[in-house]
Amino acid sequence: MTMIQALRSAMDVMMEKDENVVVFGQDVGYFGGVFRCTEGLQKKYGKSRVFDTPISEGGIVGVAIGMGAYGLRPCIEIQFADYIYPAYDQIVSEAARLRFRSAGDFTAPIAIRTPCGGGIYGGQTHSQSPEAVFAHVCGLRTVMPSNPYDAKGLLISSIECDDPVIFLEPKRLYNGPFDGHHDKPVVPWSQNPMGEVPEGYYTVPLDKAAIFRPGKQLTVLAYGTMVWVCEAAARETGIDAEIIDLRSLWPLDLETIVESVKKTGRCVVVHEATRTCGFGAELVSLVQEHCFYHLEAPIERVTGWDTPYPHAQEWAYFPGPARVGAAFKRAVEA
Amino acid sequence: MSKGEPLRLHVPEPTGRPGCATDFSYLRLSPAGAVRRPEVDVAPMDTRDLAYSLISVIDAEGNAVGPWVPHIDIEVVRKGLRAMMKTRIFDSRMLMAQRQKKMSFYMQSLGEEAIGTAQALALNVDDMCFPTYRQQSILVVRDYPMVDMICQLMSNERDPLKGRQLPVMYSVKKAGFFSISGNLATQYIQAVGWGMASAIKGDTKIASAWIGDGATAEADFDTALTFAHVYRAPVILNVVNNQWAISTFQAIAGGEDTTFAARGVGCGIASLRVDGNDFLAVYAASQWAAERARRNLGPCLIEWVTYRAGPHSTSDDPSKYRPGDDWTHFPLGDPIMRLKQYLIKAGAWSEQEHEETQKRLEAEVLAAQKEAEQYGTMASGHTFSPAEMFDGIYKELPEHLRVQRQQLGI
Repeated sequence: MTMIQALRSAMDVMMEKDENVVVFGQDVGYFGGVFRCTEGLQKKYGKSRVFDTPISEGGIVGVAIGMGAYGLRPCIEIQFADYIYPAYDQIVSEAARLRFRSAGDFTAPIAIRTPCGGGIYGGQTHSQSPEAVFAHVCGLRTVMPSNPYDAKGLLISSIECDDPVIFLEPKRLYNGPFDGHHDKPVVPWSQNPMGEVPEGYYTVPLDKAAIFRPGKQLTVLAYGTMVWVCEAAARETGIDAEIIDLRSLWPLDLETIVESVKKTGRCVVVHEATRTCGFGAELVSLVQEHCFYHLEAPIERVTGWDTPYPHAQEWAYFPGPARVGAAFKRAVEA
Repeated sequence: MSKGEPLRLHVPEPTGRPGCATDFSYLRLSPAGAVRRPEVDVAPMDTRDLAYSLISVIDAEGNAVGPWVPHIDIEVVRKGLRAMMKTRIFDSRMLMAQRQKKMSFYMQSLGEEAIGTAQALALNVDDMCFPTYRQQSILVVRDYPMVDMICQLMSNERDPLKGRQLPVMYSVKKAGFFSISGNLATQYIQAVGWGMASAIKGDTKIASAWIGDGATAEADFDTALTFAHVYRAPVILNVVNNQWAISTFQAIAGGEDTTFAARGVGCGIASLRVDGNDFLAVYAASQWAAERARRNLGPCLIEWVTYRAGPHSTSDDPSKYRPGDDWTHFPLGDPIMRLKQYLIKAGAWSEQEHEETQKRLEAEVLAAQKEAEQYGTMASGHTFSPAEMFDGIYKELPEHLRVQRQQLGI
């Protein structure tokens, strides 16, 4: 399956399994989503369970919270992560706080799917990676898969989770893995083992990282598209990097991270999002705090620049394998 | 084309400021009994006239007149009056307790008691209300224990919300009273979602959404109207127009030369504008809207015209921005006095019963306060343990919070 098919399959499986699961958002009903992630679901489950909404992000999240309070389990879509901000108040002040402020009287068991990330000439408002904005909010879970198998298993876990989940989908990975070499043709998921996705129900646990590539020289903390870029950088530099795909950004799997850095003594953090106060800062801070006496080099960060995501300058912005590889070298040579 | 005069910015002002009287002629009033009562399946566009007039039932002499006189058991009306009285007594008692520093903050609903009370009586107990911080009358009339309310206000060891929430931000699922948020208008769209959920499941329950005049300017207000209209959600969209948003007159919220009910018609929602200080009108309109929603005929917006008689909160001094005696001039009077007059005229109440009820309720509230105080106050230090602040953020305690709790030494 492609990541698109895997996500659709996750929703299909959960709608079949739990009649309280409902799916809605802009263009997700009849049309099946601008990325085809919900194709066929309305036909199969009917308009009362899969439906189109007005263009109102605050409204989409707001009604989902009300439905959650009633007892439903909404899996909703914000068309691009770049457009999630009108829903910020509902996400931060309401969904994230509802369980706490009502002492468990009401909860918000909702999954908010939203395509994120660049590398597609999306310009300013079709490329952003706002994960740090949500990782900072207590009460939310922030999740990002890097391949079809994880995408399905993590989305099923997110829909079943009783906490609100921000589910970020790197749209650059929808049809195939992407290692940053934009000049080469993209290989589809059908030719990658991670495109092998079981038809039925299975889960990938939240709060658990995956060792994407085992290695001894260096620990790399990444997620989403950057996992593939880091793999290319390791291949091209010949550096034996241990690449950890965080999968769950927050709460995260600290144990796996600490164990790896203690082993390698070196760490590079990689994300597409802008640098300052990005999620990488928290990762650097955690590694510094927990692995200080094992570190043999300063912790490196390769990220997007502190600029809005440009259009024409896409590949100068996007942290590709060359920039990532250079950081690997600095880290192992320090 | 002529160049014309220089443009000028229009900034609305209330007619009454401290030291001068308010001219209430801006309120579009109608005589009691004068406004028509359409069938519950009326087309939204055909409620346009109702959105610009005012439904009243109780006239100046205390008679119930016109097509909106509700079919209501006299015992329910008596219960309503008692709940309104109890709400007001509770408010004044809690105001005093705040002044005595037994709680950090309080908000009265003085003058607005009829709206929550009568609507709650027109609804079923399992219809979910999404209130603001000024619908305590719903909890009172639904007989939620006053001791529990006061424990929340005092953030004490028996606070149902474990000391996590500012006073008055109640949450009582079993009384159909959704968790109150400090963020204005957010609950309005959530109520629509709750109603949609009820429709998705083929249930018969409806939602009751609440917002003030000032908060209608928030985006979630318009969003809620759009979604309610699009999906014909079974929801009553209540706008409590008490003329004031803290110090800001309702004209600054967009009320000048229009009504809030008219917004509903503009969005394709059947809309009513109702005398909020007339218990019988509130009951009748709520019952009409509830029946409309329950029969799958769609949402209804109701603007309740009332007056915020008290300060905005215990942190507010209205004498700095409006006339001190404003309430005494408000044309729609006091909801308790008007219902009392009606009930006496109907032979179902008396001055003596009123006085006895007042005394009994005062004693009840005082006893509840005494009982609640046994469980401590924030000032006495009898609150939930700091360990509680790490709990319930997620369903299960995540590792980082377990560590932080440990760092606090608990």
